[in-house]
Amino acid sequence: MTSTSEMTYRDALNMALREEMSRDPSVVVWGEDVALYEGAFKVTRGLLAEFGEERIKDTPISENTIVGVAVGAAMGGLRPVAELMTVNFALLAMDQIVNHMAKIRSMFGGQTFLPMVVRMPGGGGSQLAAQHSQSLESYFMHCPGLHIAYPSTPADAKGLLKSAIRDNNPVIFLEHELLYNSTGEVPNDPEFLVPFGQANVIRSGTDVTIVAYARMTILALQAAADLEKEGISCEIVDLRTFSPLDTETIIESARKTGRAVVVEECWRTAGLGGDIAHRIHEACFDTLLAPVKRVAGLDVPMPYSRKIEKICIPRAETIADAVREVVSRKY
Amino acid sequence: METRLRATLPDHELLRLYEQMVMSREFEESCAEQYTKGHITGFLHLYSGQEAVAVGATAGLHVDDYILSAYREHAQAIVRGADPRRVMAELFGKATGICKGKGGSMHLFDPNLNFMGGYAIVGGQLPIAVGLAFSAKYRREDRLAACFFGDGAVNQGTFHESLNWARLWELPVLFICENNFYGIGTEVHRSSALASIHKRTCGYDIPSEKVDGMDVIAVYRAVKHAAERVRETSLPYFIEATTYRFRGHSMADPAKYRSAAEHEVWKARDPIPALAKRLIEEEITDAGHLEGILGNCRTVVQEAVKFAEESPWPEDEEVYNDIYV
Ligand SMILES: Cc1ncc(C[n+]2csc(CCOP(=O)(O)OP(=O)(O)O)c2C)c(N)n1
Ligand SMILES: [Mg+2]
Repeated sequence: MTSTSEMTYRDALNMALREEMSRDPSVVVWGEDVALYEGAFKVTRGLLAEFGEERIKDTPISENTIVGVAVGAAMGGLRPVAELMTVNFALLAMDQIVNHMAKIRSMFGGQTFLPMVVRMPGGGGSQLAAQHSQSLESYFMHCPGLHIAYPSTPADAKGLLKSAIRDNNPVIFLEHELLYNSTGEVPNDPEFLVPFGQANVIRSGTDVTIVAYARMTILALQAAADLEKEGISCEIVDLRTFSPLDTETIIESARKTGRAVVVEECWRTAGLGGDIAHRIHEACFDTLLAPVKRVAGLDVPMPYSRKIEKICIPRAETIADAVREVVSRKY
Repeated sequence: METRLRATLPDHELLRLYEQMVMSREFEESCAEQYTKGHITGFLHLYSGQEAVAVGATAGLHVDDYILSAYREHAQAIVRGADPRRVMAELFGKATGICKGKGGSMHLFDPNLNFMGGYAIVGGQLPIAVGLAFSAKYRREDRLAACFFGDGAVNQGTFHESLNWARLWELPVLFICENNFYGIGTEVHRSSALASIHKRTCGYDIPSEKVDGMDVIAVYRAVKHAAERVRETSLPYFIEATTYRFRGHSMADPAKYRSAAEHEVWKARDPIPALAKRLIEEEITDAGHLEGILGNCRTVVQEAVKFAEESPWPEDEEVYNDIYV
């Protein structure tokens, strides 16, 4: 049996950074306030003391250049892990992310590769209003050339971040701000890795498949517990990575249950849930017992007031309602 | 005050600079022809007129130094050592191209030559050069990153972010602004509040100088000196090279926004005949020898075109390759 320790999602990420920095001197970390201040969300706590200022570096508030310098450093042989204070500020770095990081390998005919990670906390639910509550996963998923991960548990946070750092492809690593304090058992093994492109069936069931990721997975679990009391058995697929996307596991589950609900935190319109729902429809059309339903963020700029912010983000109840609808559909 | 050529470099190196400028010019003029014939498509930005900058600067650098540039970069790649045949094949979109036909004119790249790319997002290469300089310093490698960009790039956020960052982290970056006075059709004084570009670096505590980018020897001396300084101090340095493109911004641009008179003034300063004149006056060579150099370059370029013409197209399956490792 491998030993585990109970820890937070934040500490699991910290553990991953620490282990990879110890293992490989080419791993360097930078971002706004990551060194002396130890990170806006304290994910980089203790790294300056342990690794020194050559390897963990504060940067100016220059998001595009934070990513661009990582692109250059990766091309030069390092494994930079850049932190953007939150995903919202990634919009200032979209040029380096989309035009450079995602394209350099391909447009230069495969002559180089970029072993780099850009970490970004994000998601809504903290009354931070329109500019600080966004879920931009679909923006990244739309762009070929990136690997993208978004862990839901502390163990996945560790295992996926370690895989991201060892990946020779450029990785967008999303972290949910409301999950930092969540706890779970995390393997102590410094070789514990969670591979990219392998969705996790975190609950098995027979009536309906719920496809979710990150915090949406936690909500789906709550919904499934309630639905179980009503006699509805839910299977939950946690995507873990959007790229590569494990379409196979999604389809296998939807084939088995015959029904699916796709949950996404991002805006519904042109959101990734539409793509996933379509994949299910195309592959499982003959065996589906109902059309796939989507639960998504409302198509509005996030309001501040907690009373109305709440209704803009999927909740366990809205997921449960969608499941009930899919299950009760008459033919 | 012009220094005598021999005081700067030995004869064979002076002739090599001449040859590289001629090669660049011949290559570009051949590209124009191939574009007109429809063999080269897409955007094509030619370097004719600016040769002294790429040639002088490359000569002033070490082969280990990284070079990055924008999309007007054929000469920089070829002078660094890229095979003209494979560059031409890239422009033709052929499988034998330097980037397998995926980059085209604007995205040449050869890591074996430390030529780290042509970039088509104005200002996009600056942060990447800073990152390469960081990796060099971190890995205790004796190399700097030389980053070329145009006068149009100096109003991008990345310009300011990168200068600030390079100075703050004390990184060996040599910024080389090729000021050809136009960003497409917009003249510098219509886009920059301070049109004297090298003066902008005081905001980042980076020393800078302006050099005559039509004089290959002046560029060589400035870059060599600057590179030594960057290497010694591990601090960035900034050179503004004033120059002129003899053609429009791209093949699609007839350059109607420039007066014939202005064009003539700069044409009279063409860096190639200027160097030829000095080589002959200082009795380093004679006109016959220079004719021979021109003939050789034309042969190389003709062979490049032939190679590109005869090369195969990429296979369709190739679109899925090289996106991920
Ligand atoms: C970010 C961005 N904005 C606009 C363009 C379109 N564009 C291409 S070249 C150019 C002018 C750049 O001028 P300069 O930097 O002086 O380079 P030059 O063409 O003179 O070599 C513009 C506006 C672009 N490629 N990238
Ligand atoms: Mg210009």
